[in-house]
Amino acid sequence: MHRFANPTRFLRLADAILPWSIAATVLALGSGLVWALAFSPADYQQGDTVRIMYLHVPAAWMGLFAYTAMAVASAVALIWKHPLADLAAKASAPVGACFTFLCLVTGSLWGKPMWGTWWVWDARLTSMLILLFLYLGYMALQGAFDDPQRGQKAAAVLALVGFVNVPIIKFSVDWWNTLHQPASVVKMGGPAIDPAMLVPLLVMTVGFKAYYVTLLLLRIKAEVADAKIRSLRLTEIHG
Amino acid sequence: MSRAATRKKRRLYMVVAGLLLLGTATALVLTAFQDNLVFFYSPTDVQAKKVGEDRRFRLGGLVKDGSVVKTGSEVRFTVTDMNADLPVSYSGILPDLFREGQGVVAEGKLDRSGVFIAKEVLAKHDENYMPPEVAEALKKSGQWTGAQTDAASHKAPQN
Repeated sequence: MHRFANPTRFLRLADAILPWSIAATVLALGSGLVWALAFSPADYQQGDTVRIMYLHVPAAWMGLFAYTAMAVASAVALIWKHPLADLAAKASAPVGACFTFLCLVTGSLWGKPMWGTWWVWDARLTSMLILLFLYLGYMALQGAFDDPQRGQKAAAVLALVGFVNVPIIKFSVDWWNTLHQPASVVKMGGPAIDPAMLVPLLVMTVGFKAYYVTLLLLRIKAEVADAKIRSLRLTEIHG
Repeated sequence: MSRAATRKKRRLYMVVAGLLLLGTATALVLTAFQDNLVFFYSPTDVQAKKVGEDRRFRLGGLVKDGSVVKTGSEVRFTVTDMNADLPVSYSGILPDLFREGQGVVAEGKLDRSGVFIAKEVLAKHDENYMPPEVAEALKKSGQWTGAQTDAASHKAPQN
């Protein structure tokens, strides 16, 4: 594992992956959006409002995915003191927060015409809002210490503690009566969503994932460059 | 084994043990809160007097087929969970998805005669997504099980 701890090796790897992830983002998001918004069928109940789903569902998945990545990176950072793991967790947080926010906003826009309300305090919506607060709390805690290392450590503990929320979000619709509908795609007995809608949804998901990888690599690269500048300045002062 | 390696192992055990403890604690708390986290009660719950009298609560279930009667601004319909029925009266704007055979969640109170007076009606969507042609084809071939049964099974009280 420590082979990748080396920032130079990581930068080489990141530069090799980046063109592909950028191409995948542009291709999948471009074709997926056109397909979802123009060529996929309207729903038998919801009509064209169903198209919000093509943003809402991948955003929700990425909100959970980015948090899971952040928690795993935080665990690696806490246990093995892996410097790149700290940077990965730090880079993942704002991206995941934006996905979660997008999920909440699109869900609200869908809820008004379909349910008849912008917001209800049911288990799924509330746990997703808590996820957003966990992201915000993580970022705030990181910057709340004079010593950045201590802030990073405290934030990593918070990320791990908050991870209990992830399975709660996923299974909230099964465990409790909620206004939010149960899972359509990842469920026992196969998806309850027509292939004509499922395929563009999956294309959008691939696009979101590639976008996340692109942003994550760019952000880690920026963090590595930032650390380099800081150490150069220090040697200038002390050397 | 070197000292650095044992320290790493110890940190690993600490993190794993901490997560296990936290997970157990959360599971226990959620089980204890099971009843309080319910977003709505089913007609069966109401019949079993699970809801205190004169209390505002949410009622959830399916709008019974053929039960919707509109008189002026007032709508009357029956909410069912395939086990028990409850008549509902509501004056106001209904959401787009409100229709017979679909799920609803209504907030309000029971009156003396056992009619649920709703202050707010929300439509509940099920997990099925399909184009209208597919829905038509399913209905024609008699394989239409989707919306109704799925929504009903999800609303059945768990305990």
